[in-house]
Amino acid sequence: MKKITIVAILILCIAPFSVYAAESGMPLERAPVDITDNASLQRGAESFVNFCLTCHGASYMRYNRHRDIGYTNEDILEKMVHTGQKVGDLMLSAMRTKEAEEWFGVVPPDLSVIARSRGADWLYTYLKAFYRDDSTGTGWNNLVFDRAAMPHVLYQLQGEQKLEVNGNQKSLLLDKPGQMTGAEFDKFVGDLINYLVYLGEPHANARKELGIKVMLFLLGMLVLSYFLKKEYWRDIH
Amino acid sequence: MSNLFNSMIEWIDKRFPLTSNWKAHLSEYYAPKNFNFWYFFGSLALLVLVNQLITGIFLTMNYKPDASQAFASVEYIMRDVDYGWLIRYMHSTGASMFFVVVYLHMFRGMLYGSYRKPRELLWLVGMCIFFVLMALAFTGYILPWGQMSYWGAQVIVSMFGAIPVIGDTLQQWLLGDFTLSDAALNRFFAYHVVTLPLVLLVLVFVHILALHETGSNNPDGIEIKENKNPSTGIPVDGIPFHPYYTVKDIVGVVVFLFVFCGIIFFAPEMGGYFLEYNNFIPANTLQTPDHIAPVWYFTPYYSMLRAVTVNFLGIEAKLWGVILMAGSVVIFCFLPWLDRSPVKSVRYKGPYFKIALTLFVISFFVLGWLGTKSPTPLYTLLAQIFTVIYFAFFILMPWYSKIDKNKPEPKRLQE
Repeated sequence: MKKITIVAILILCIAPFSVYAAESGMPLERAPVDITDNASLQRGAESFVNFCLTCHGASYMRYNRHRDIGYTNEDILEKMVHTGQKVGDLMLSAMRTKEAEEWFGVVPPDLSVIARSRGADWLYTYLKAFYRDDSTGTGWNNLVFDRAAMPHVLYQLQGEQKLEVNGNQKSLLLDKPGQMTGAEFDKFVGDLINYLVYLGEPHANARKELGIKVMLFLLGMLVLSYFLKKEYWRDIH
Repeated sequence: MSNLFNSMIEWIDKRFPLTSNWKAHLSEYYAPKNFNFWYFFGSLALLVLVNQLITGIFLTMNYKPDASQAFASVEYIMRDVDYGWLIRYMHSTGASMFFVVVYLHMFRGMLYGSYRKPRELLWLVGMCIFFVLMALAFTGYILPWGQMSYWGAQVIVSMFGAIPVIGDTLQQWLLGDFTLSDAALNRFFAYHVVTLPLVLLVLVFVHILALHETGSNNPDGIEIKENKNPSTGIPVDGIPFHPYYTVKDIVGVVVFLFVFCGIIFFAPEMGGYFLEYNNFIPANTLQTPDHIAPVWYFTPYYSMLRAVTVNFLGIEAKLWGVILMAGSVVIFCFLPWLDRSPVKSVRYKGPYFKIALTLFVISFFVLGWLGTKSPTPLYTLLAQIFTVIYFAFFILMPWYSKIDKNKPEPKRLQE
């Protein structure tokens, strides 16, 4: 009987953790995510506003939520709000959906929870995997997302990559260098992805902090309830 | 002080059966003294039910059942409502944990023959609870209006369309429209927050009444009421539910809360199993996802739905899938009459039953795993094989449970 119990518990514990297969053929790089690093989140937030928010919205997120990452309302207005909005407004895209459809064929997706659907590693690899391809409408293609509608927005920073095909192996080579070195660009994209992870769940830090307190409380409850049970059950056995 | 208290109770007792009910259901409800690990899950299911009701009420205060606002309102709860994230994760984790505890509760019944005479009705009411729970999970999963909400619902709703003759009409009646749209979201919201919880509460009440009429089964599967103390009329192997099992269940509750809170606070998505990644993409009626998978607790049945790939006996493959899927759940209702063994508990049942039960559990897990995968020829073949094993457990039970080499049941509970 004990055996069945143990096996059942084991199976129930392991089952939800079995690997969730990544469908993309390209191996994904690990994104350097640390949402407790406010400096990185602030750098990411500024890049996000400058490079992403022009076309994409983060329309479930309010600017003043960024007090979470160490900004004051004044900082937010100065560093993040460039379109005359109020500090309590939602982070809407500057572009109209009709124009977007005309330019790109699709409306750029809202990025509020993109890190929760795509995953940080996918986004990190994706932003680094653009290469020159004259056969596409934008002149760019992407190793992770073939024929992505998005052009290489960060090409001035990264430079231009070209595709090298060697049998079945595909790799990217830096053709024309950009304003940043490879390491600088990795850090830039890393900060941006870190910010996207924060953006996906702004309360994640608060969640973990509260979680530790709750677990400690439960530990105390466990001791008390165990001895209470033992005390009552003394007369049964 | 105690005099005042006593006279207050006396006052109430003359007008309402308070003390008599307290005694009948708690302090003088005699439960077998040998409950083990498996007996925690009934009270835990009640705990999760209360969690779902309370967090659900708070969610409705900010959720908007409108196809153009639903997704955003969930994110509003996650970001702008004070502790909205906590309430939402408690509810979403509660949904999955409801199935975890109910599956374990049902498995306990199968281990120790809790469905056997005289508890057939108790088992049937429990099965009704399970059906309502599935409907609740389904209607609830639609509400965030993400890609998986939408396309998962599309799959389920199309199952009704596969029913011959009345299928199309039934589907339209369910949806309130020709396609899955705002009208359906609105009515599923109504079912999820009013109709189904009401039905569930009544059924749970009846389930407990039925339990307290027959008395609890136990790991030995023998009736403690057959061995009463002649002078007091109390079962010799019974102990009052309160305080003994109330204090014991509190320990179970705390251990359960460790797991529950561990998930809520440190892994609320549970690796994409409790909150699917694709459900963070707003529903897009024009873009079918590459891979539609229901939440983990429905995947075994989803596998069986997909397992039939050819028409046979003049019935379409799709309809076969629906029949098998419905059958795989309904067949549990027949357990009290399929089991012909002279003993109830697995402790005294012979090797045939143990092998059959093991194969059944394996097939349930394999089918569950297959349901999360995109079908390939190999996976479909596996799903077919394990669907046969799943049903064989039930259909062959009258035979193997009768010829099994059982051990003799004891007269009194074993420690």
